[in-house]
Amino acid sequence: KWGGVYGLVIAIFAAWVSLLTLLSLLFR
Amino acid sequence: MNTLDYVILFGSMLAIAAYAVWNTRGRRDLSGYLKGSGQATWLTIGLSVMATQASAITFLSTPGQGYESGLGFVQNYFGAPIALIVISVVFLPIYRRLKVYTAYEYLGHRFDSKTRLLGAGLFLLQRGLGAGITIYAPAIVLSTVMGWRLDATIVCSGLLVVAYTVAGGCDAVSLTQKYQIGVIFAGMVAAFFVLLVRLPPGLTFSDALTIAGGFHKMEAVDFSLNMDRRYTVWTGVLGGMFLALSYFGTDQSQVQRYLSGASIRESRLGLMFNAVFKIPMQFFMLLLGVLIFVFYQFERPPVYFNRTVWKAQAEQATDGGLKALDGEFTAAHAAERAQVEAWVAARHAGNRQAEAQARDGASLAHERIEEVRAKTRAALDLASPGTKANDADYVFITFILDHLPHGLIGLLVTAFFAAALSSKAGELNALGSTTTVDVYRHLVRREASDGHYVVASKVFTAFWGLVAIGFALFANLAENLIQAVNILGSIFYGVVLGLFLVAFFLKRVGGTAVFWSALAAQALVFALYATQSISYLWYNVIGCVACMVFSVILQGILGLGGRPTPAAP
Repeated sequence: KWGGVYGLVIAIFAAWVSLLTLLSLLFR
Repeated sequence: MNTLDYVILFGSMLAIAAYAVWNTRGRRDLSGYLKGSGQATWLTIGLSVMATQASAITFLSTPGQGYESGLGFVQNYFGAPIALIVISVVFLPIYRRLKVYTAYEYLGHRFDSKTRLLGAGLFLLQRGLGAGITIYAPAIVLSTVMGWRLDATIVCSGLLVVAYTVAGGCDAVSLTQKYQIGVIFAGMVAAFFVLLVRLPPGLTFSDALTIAGGFHKMEAVDFSLNMDRRYTVWTGVLGGMFLALSYFGTDQSQVQRYLSGASIRESRLGLMFNAVFKIPMQFFMLLLGVLIFVFYQFERPPVYFNRTVWKAQAEQATDGGLKALDGEFTAAHAAERAQVEAWVAARHAGNRQAEAQARDGASLAHERIEEVRAKTRAALDLASPGTKANDADYVFITFILDHLPHGLIGLLVTAFFAAALSSKAGELNALGSTTTVDVYRHLVRREASDGHYVVASKVFTAFWGLVAIGFALFANLAENLIQAVNILGSIFYGVVLGLFLVAFFLKRVGGTAVFWSALAAQALVFALYATQSISYLWYNVIGCVACMVFSVILQGILGLGGRPTPAAP
């Protein structure tokens, strides 16, 4: 279902923001 | 560049264009010319949307931005995935159901002729004026560092893109974009690996990121609510979402890309491809710049990356000031390098105290470097006022020419031209079809054969192509003109998005109310621009919201005496 695709895209976006936050914290 | 580099550059650019023209020969019907043969798969659409958005300046300047201010710029793209989902759910089904050629045609269906012309007019004004920049911006950088003639660079690249866009229409554009983006990705990945190999032996990837972090280049996210900060998560999500909504949802150069899908499923998946890959692509380009910064901790960079300008001024100057500054820069860089090497050695030895000491020493030495750079910039500004070119644009190309092997230099320069041509082709294709469908067929000649409109489309596409080339040649005389066009581009978007959101969601509002509200909202944005200094991303939010609020109020007043225009079925 398309709802699943959009959910997956949002989850990938959230994962990227988390990864970038982690990078900022690790190498500040 | 040597012979091998030139063979790669001319061979690949001409081969891609010729293949597309040959493959799309004989198109006679308007739908095939403007929307393609209707067989585009999600991958073709996804790459085409990406190639239209990513211009040469994206690939030339983004690493320079990473070099200068780190990863923070990536936040500007945080709104894109959400916007692309909204477009996929709301905009796309309506465009496809009404079988429109252009987004503005829908405004005519939903409102009236004057609102359609307002949307199309704002697009033509914004894209038509900005048409030259897509060609001019990379041409000025590449011609400067290569020693090419600027006018010849502009005319050759401009005529090539006009030729295949006019000849093959929408299908030729998406076909060339597919191969051009392949060249771009190959070039960027090659540059990344060469850069990793060229870092000093013994320096791990973790060391490199630690050094970058020590100079505040790794601050990728900023959750602060301070409106004065340049890039924050909140400006990125909210401001970036409005910008992406208006760009992907209402700019014909993008709408035309995903309307060419074989089905709504292919178009949606093409948009979702961009929702997933947009942020990683920008992150990768910024990280490339950050690693170039680390590389230049161990190799002396030029004091000013646009060496052509620096050399010309240093040779003209009689006081030797610029050359003295260059000497100071060499000493400052040697001091910084010694501190950075001590820092890495202490880190490897596990000596926390020595590591902190060397890190502080490197920061101090870096301040000295920045001081010398600022003095150099001031001396150059004084020597030739008006050359306000951004030195960050020259960081990546300087690294490429100095540190990549021949063959790869050719591949990277080809990638920059491929990026310039692919976004230019998308724009020209859209300018041609909007002029044909929303102006010529709507106002000038309503009943004519498909063949007639195809010829008209070709003429209008060629016209906008020549306008772009002319503007690019003229832009060299007036740097301020470019600034003005860039600003114009960013402050129209909000109101255009407002028009579409009113059309989709405020079913009671009619054409007259939305038309005058859009003009009032645009006047408000101009007034704010003249009196306030806020991030350009916020103008889109304000313009859009003002257009919607004014529409509701005005419809309330008009509604007392007349019925609103019915919404499209």
